[in-house]
Amino acid sequence: MAEQTNTPANLKVTIDNITVEVAPGTTILQAARQIGGDVTPPAMCYYSKLEGSGGKCRTCLVEVAAGSAADPRPMPKLVASCRTPIAEGMIVKNITSDRVQEARAGVVEFLLVNHPLDCPVCDQAGECHLQDLGYEHGKEGTRYEFKRRTFEPEDIGPYIQLHMNRCILCYRCTYVADQLTDDRVHGVLDRGDHANISTHISKAIENNFCGNMIDVCPVGALTDKTFRFKNRVWFTKPVEAHRDCDQCCGKVTLWQRGEDVLRVTARKDEWGEVQSHEGKPGWICNTCRFEKKKASDWVIEGPTKINRHSVISQGHYLGLKKPTETLPAVMDGRDPKLMMDIHSVSEVNRVDISELPGPATSDNFKK
Amino acid sequence: MPVQFSDTALAEVKRLVARYPEGKQKSALLPVLHLAQDEFGGWLSTEILDYVASLLKITPIEVYEVATFYSMYNLKPVGKHVFEVCQTGPCMLNGSDEIIDYIKEKLGIRPGETTTDGLFTLKTVECLGACGYAPMMQMGKNYLEHLTREQVDQIIAESRK
Amino acid sequence: MGRKLLLDKAHVENIRLYEVYRREGGYRSVEKALKSMSPDQVTDEVKKSGLRGRGGAGFPSGMKWSFLAKPEGVPRYLVVNADESEPGTFKDRYLMEFIPHLLIEGMITSSYALGSNNSYIYIRGEYAWIVDILEKAIAEARNNGWLGKNILGSGFDCDIHVQRGAGAYICGEETALLESLEGKRGNPRIKPPFPAVKGLWGCPTVVNNVETIAAVVPIINEGGEEYAKIGIGKSTGTKLISACGNINKPGVYEIDMTISVEEFIYSDEYCGGIPNGRKLKACIPGGSSVPILPANLLLKTAKGETRMMTYESLADGGFATGSMMGSGGFIVMDDRQCVVRHTYTLARFYRHESCGQCSPCREGTGWMEKILWNIETGKGKMSDIDLLWDIQRKIEGNTICPLGDAAAWPVAAAIRHFRDEFEWHVNNPEEAQKRNYGLAHYADPLVVTA
Ligand SMILES: Cc1cc2nc3c(=O)[nH]c(=O)nc-3n(C[C@H](O)[C@H](O)[C@H](O)COP(=O)(O)O)c2cc1C
Ligand code: SF4
Ligand code: SF4
Ligand code: FES
Ligand code: FES
Repeated sequence: MAEQTNTPANLKVTIDNITVEVAPGTTILQAARQIGGDVTPPAMCYYSKLEGSGGKCRTCLVEVAAGSAADPRPMPKLVASCRTPIAEGMIVKNITSDRVQEARAGVVEFLLVNHPLDCPVCDQAGECHLQDLGYEHGKEGTRYEFKRRTFEPEDIGPYIQLHMNRCILCYRCTYVADQLTDDRVHGVLDRGDHANISTHISKAIENNFCGNMIDVCPVGALTDKTFRFKNRVWFTKPVEAHRDCDQCCGKVTLWQRGEDVLRVTARKDEWGEVQSHEGKPGWICNTCRFEKKKASDWVIEGPTKINRHSVISQGHYLGLKKPTETLPAVMDGRDPKLMMDIHSVSEVNRVDISELPGPATSDNFKK
Repeated sequence: MPVQFSDTALAEVKRLVARYPEGKQKSALLPVLHLAQDEFGGWLSTEILDYVASLLKITPIEVYEVATFYSMYNLKPVGKHVFEVCQTGPCMLNGSDEIIDYIKEKLGIRPGETTTDGLFTLKTVECLGACGYAPMMQMGKNYLEHLTREQVDQIIAESRK
Repeated sequence: MGRKLLLDKAHVENIRLYEVYRREGGYRSVEKALKSMSPDQVTDEVKKSGLRGRGGAGFPSGMKWSFLAKPEGVPRYLVVNADESEPGTFKDRYLMEFIPHLLIEGMITSSYALGSNNSYIYIRGEYAWIVDILEKAIAEARNNGWLGKNILGSGFDCDIHVQRGAGAYICGEETALLESLEGKRGNPRIKPPFPAVKGLWGCPTVVNNVETIAAVVPIINEGGEEYAKIGIGKSTGTKLISACGNINKPGVYEIDMTISVEEFIYSDEYCGGIPNGRKLKACIPGGSSVPILPANLLLKTAKGETRMMTYESLADGGFATGSMMGSGGFIVMDDRQCVVRHTYTLARFYRHESCGQCSPCREGTGWMEKILWNIETGKGKMSDIDLLWDIQRKIEGNTICPLGDAAAWPVAAAIRHFRDEFEWHVNNPEEAQKRNYGLAHYADPLVVTA
């Protein structure tokens, strides 16, 4: 249980045959992150900087082959590694467990059955954890033969675009609103397969730190409205920059094209979380994020190292169908550098992507 | 006109809140929403939800989250009489499907709809804990059990009075 | 005639009234506990009784009580689970409706053992009239000195409050119940911590079923060892069974756990057999979540032994050939009934009641419902049956709370035992719209042996 009084300073845990020492209170997932690499389970809902997060998506399930040195019995069920604390002598199997691999593939399939698979028109494409997850742990194709669930669009103000159809209900954005802003106006409404992120009354979400909801969203459900469809992530160049800000750490990543700053985000670590600076999470304020869109607003530090989550796993869509046309042909002769400026490109927005039998391809967007 | 509880209802809110420790008045949310639904014509508008939030000193979103979670709160207007007919397995074994069809035919509405005169709303619901007395439905505070077509006729006739 | 400990007085005229209840020997357990026993002694009696939780999981109640954390200066709570929403289950309602003081008495004695000064009954919102019955009983108990400050001069204070839910099966899950009682959505909590350490408002809490708490009354009155003498093995005492479906006498029965399933279904003392001369096809013996059994496996175990109405015997054979006591919701199906349709209604139920927090349950329950609907309405494919099997397998054990398992098991058991009926639907879509499959090869064991 949670109380740890006379426990030793360090606990030994073995994950996929690799042993590490961790502080009491560390979860299996954090211990695995300490090891790094493949043994780290994917985490779609847990976010180390948000209290209470985790436990929901079930992608991080692992097998506990021995509960502790004192009680080496295996745990009967797979456990959510993000919410299960380490006990001395615990033995955990992640990639070495077939049960885990199978359960995880199941979870990925569940996460995708009602997902619109509209990656070609999604701003998050290239940075989407669900794409990565589907590619790494999913199976080819879908066995779901029903109309995918859709929600009525809701306007939540000038900064954030909500695409509820893409949401995986990780609850991270609600924790951001609870823990970083002083007035949470959105939450999870309704229940079961109709549960949805909403303000109930189409209220604008405008609190000064609300932009961080975009950074924590693992999918394209919350995107930067001021950046929307301006570009594909992989055509922009991320650079590290900072400014003196009296409201936040001011340390950001600028997404540039030439001299233009197309988007500002917090800096992400290798787990896709906001980086910590001097031990504190590097959340950024709305002023830095939405209003400083000139390179001259910033002191440029240098290019960002691309890590596995800021890539650009383009072409890794689940069950990808190769588009039949080439890019310039799709673009109707227009300059393809702003490849997905949906507003000027025809009927795209009116395609009911949820009706498509598989992932959307450019074929689906012809007039 | 702003939404306002009667004095009796306000006294009831006070009684409810007193059942919990200091500062835990949010615990009264479910009962207070029931109270509001009874008080204000059987459904909860956004204004009412906001009013409840202010009474309990919590944020409106906390109330919206709860009001949309539980199936007994109506967030849209309903008819004067709401027929909530159970359709789960045990009731189905004893003919709930036929009773639902019969009510549909009699009232000319489908589940989820209200008659044009605003008198009746038909809802199909899941197990109400009356499986041994099936088929059954809930009407307001009461359970009507061992339903037959004749009883449905009678209930409708009496409600029309 | 088996012994009755809970409902023996339920039909005494006006037993709902305090005076009558008291005249019939009510509140003796409170007197005994508060005047002559320490809280730990009460807990010990419950341990000795072998009482197992009557809410579904069957966890030993005395052990649960002894796990309750007791940090200095922190209040502890007893919360009674009266959410009763598992299809087939309507026993707690019966107990509260007919003999409400029994629950109140059990709560006072239990609160004393646990050190709870404010105890709550969380009752499903639809049982609105029972709230009135309970509040009246609580007021009577308070007026007669059984609740309030310094009860019977013992120095123990206790009050009881009734909280009404608002329509959500998931609030029967104990941590969802606590969330709901705190005025929130009924999202089950992620454990650990367990309620015994961090429950209601972060304080140590015990959640028990209505029937469990009511059973504390005879346990204290007669002694735990006496109580443990009733029943077989680890199934001690009496159990309320709510019987429904295709039987002559649906209703709530108190059984001592010594009778056979066959006796329960066919004897006139209980269900009174199947109406209209129909045959027994199948039964879900412990509420909608537990595996359905075909007639042949219901009355006899796979080993050919008589199946008894006990925790162990109902579970004999594991999920391959057995089921569970669960909540005691006994659902009987005769040979006219369609297993596919029934399973579909349960899948719809679980989809409707999922809180939506975790992906396997949120997405999997609806998927299963849709496939079952297709099979039932003649649009199914043979591969759908395997797909269903695979989906339920990927939900089971992988969710936050046991609702995922509860949704998976009925589908698994229906396919396991009635696969031919599913296949018949797929192969004969038109015929399946007109008639039901019938008994198939699950012959009524009574007829076969006759
Ligand atoms: C989905 C779900 C629904 C449940 N519903 C109920 C219920 O309605 N009543 C109940 O007593 N227990 C219910 N339980 C079991 C409770 O979680 C808990 O185990 C029980 O209240 C403990 O009491 P007991 O030990 O006295 O049985 C449910 C569990 C789950 C997972
Ligand atoms: S909108 Fe994004 S962050 Fe919020 S719950 Fe959905 S997926 Fe998570
Ligand atoms: S299993 Fe279902 S009901 Fe339980 S927490 Fe998960 S989504 Fe909610
Ligand atoms: S990351 Fe652990 S359950 Fe989602
Ligand atoms: S199934 Fe209808 S009341 Fe239980």
